[in-house]
Amino acid sequence: MPISDILARPVESAPTPAESTVLTTNHLSVWYGASPALKDITIDIPRNRITALIGPSGCGKSTLLRSFNRMNDLIPGARMEGQITFDGQDIAAPEVDPVALRRRIGMVFQKPNPFPKSIYQNVAWGARINGYKGDMDDLVERSLRRAALWDEVKSKLNRSGLELSGGQQQRLCIARTLAVEPEVILMDEPCSALDPISTARVEDLMDDLKADYSIVIVTHNMQQARRVSDMTACMMLDDLSNGNGHRTGIVAEFSPTDRLFTNPKDPRTEAYITGRIG
Amino acid sequence: MTPPTVYEPERWSRRALGPIFGLACLVATSSGVVVLSILLGAVVAAVVKGSPGGSAFAMLRHLMSSFQSVDPELAGFKAGLAGSLWLLGLVTVFAIPVGVGAAVFLEEYAPPGRLRRIVQLNIANLAGVPSIVYGILGLALFVRAFGMKRMALGPTLWAGGLTLGLLILPVIVIATQEALRTVPGSLRQAAMALGASRWQVVRDHVLPSAMPGILTGVILALSRAIGETAPLLMVGAAGAILRLPRGPSSRYTALPVEIYNYAKEPDPRFQGVAAGGILLLLALLLTMNATAIVIRNRYARSSRG
Repeated sequence: MPISDILARPVESAPTPAESTVLTTNHLSVWYGASPALKDITIDIPRNRITALIGPSGCGKSTLLRSFNRMNDLIPGARMEGQITFDGQDIAAPEVDPVALRRRIGMVFQKPNPFPKSIYQNVAWGARINGYKGDMDDLVERSLRRAALWDEVKSKLNRSGLELSGGQQQRLCIARTLAVEPEVILMDEPCSALDPISTARVEDLMDDLKADYSIVIVTHNMQQARRVSDMTACMMLDDLSNGNGHRTGIVAEFSPTDRLFTNPKDPRTEAYITGRIG
Repeated sequence: MTPPTVYEPERWSRRALGPIFGLACLVATSSGVVVLSILLGAVVAAVVKGSPGGSAFAMLRHLMSSFQSVDPELAGFKAGLAGSLWLLGLVTVFAIPVGVGAAVFLEEYAPPGRLRRIVQLNIANLAGVPSIVYGILGLALFVRAFGMKRMALGPTLWAGGLTLGLLILPVIVIATQEALRTVPGSLRQAAMALGASRWQVVRDHVLPSAMPGILTGVILALSRAIGETAPLLMVGAAGAILRLPRGPSSRYTALPVEIYNYAKEPDPRFQGVAAGGILLLLALLLTMNATAIVIRNRYARSSRG
């Protein structure tokens, strides 16, 4: 089959068996200007599972996460080599519109960042700009219910999203992401600004969401990775091998979470999870 | 042997310097207030002195409703007031869309690099060009169109409005850029991550968040335009106009130009007239600033709620 046919194939026709992969990186490398941030990353993100990215600071976890929805495109000087496929489609292909891609691959950020608008508008805005034609009230309620926030905010939908507590704001950001019906949700340390109770609620929510969504979460908290994720990628900085002294992020090990934490294959992973480095 | 002490805390001078600095700042603040009070007092005194018999308010009403005259008893600012309001409208229409648009392009769209830096530097320099230079530019470009008679606008409101528009354009661009820079990047990222196009992000999030700052800058710039005299003298605001402008291609005069003309009259009774004109100008400026504050507060409330 010619390449153009493969690329033109509608995404819906991609096979979706139970243990299929939703995102694949193939020898992915990312640079910011002249300095390399990621080198030769090849991993498969499974569908309807939670995949955790762990590793020491500066090893490129967030860079990898932001490559999946091409948020790195917004950083001047960022460029990538290798390939990322989403449902079998190369996301860097010229016919892929990053704006359309970002609706299908949602993102939740480290610091809760609701819009300075009402709770209702926070959820409705993304759907409206993406041309949602259905019943907006219904969509807002469904999204807030799915994010386990509805009961807390149903009486004050017109109040500002900024009046909510930090944990509620983060669930509002999740509801906002769910409202545009993505297939993948990328979470960049979603609980690092939250207290333990809020963190537990978000973790419960993630567990609940994985029936319908594939989740990739960056976390510094190894207990969190252990609690919530099915697969874990332990990322590392490579040894000083590229001459200029700049160290680059690599994936040291990518395994099912219970295996990675109980029986790590890679000595660097073992050193990291036992607290000897990082 | 004990090592020599390295720390020598000058507690007394530190404790004294703090309040002295605070006091200096207070003096700086009050000097502004004092100067403003003196200015207002002097102007009001001149108006009262110049309106024998009648009250100051009656005189202002009279000034607003009469045209220019060689007789100080009959002289007023009707034509200048109308001309200034026309100019205000034209400048608003020319300068705000272009200035805000340029700032949005520079902040939200233009890729960083040498070209952007050069443009940025030039805009900053333009903001510092003396207004008389804009007057000469306006004379050559708009009034005479470099000698092309068909294109020339002549000494009309069009030419005056465009010249003042050019004058305040860099101020609006810079103020808008500052306002856009205060919008947190996390807001843009949140919107982009939902699959919004850059235009949707700018329209629904960046501009509304920056609006209070933009409005402040725009109103300050418009206030400057309203008070300018020199460029209008260059582009031909008339000395004596005895009817109101009928449209943007009419000849015109402006409030500060008339004040200038009255102030240089030898008859001392014209000094009161000029002072009255200054009061009218101040009233116009204060109204504009008050409007800006009202709009800004409304915006701030709606973006919070």
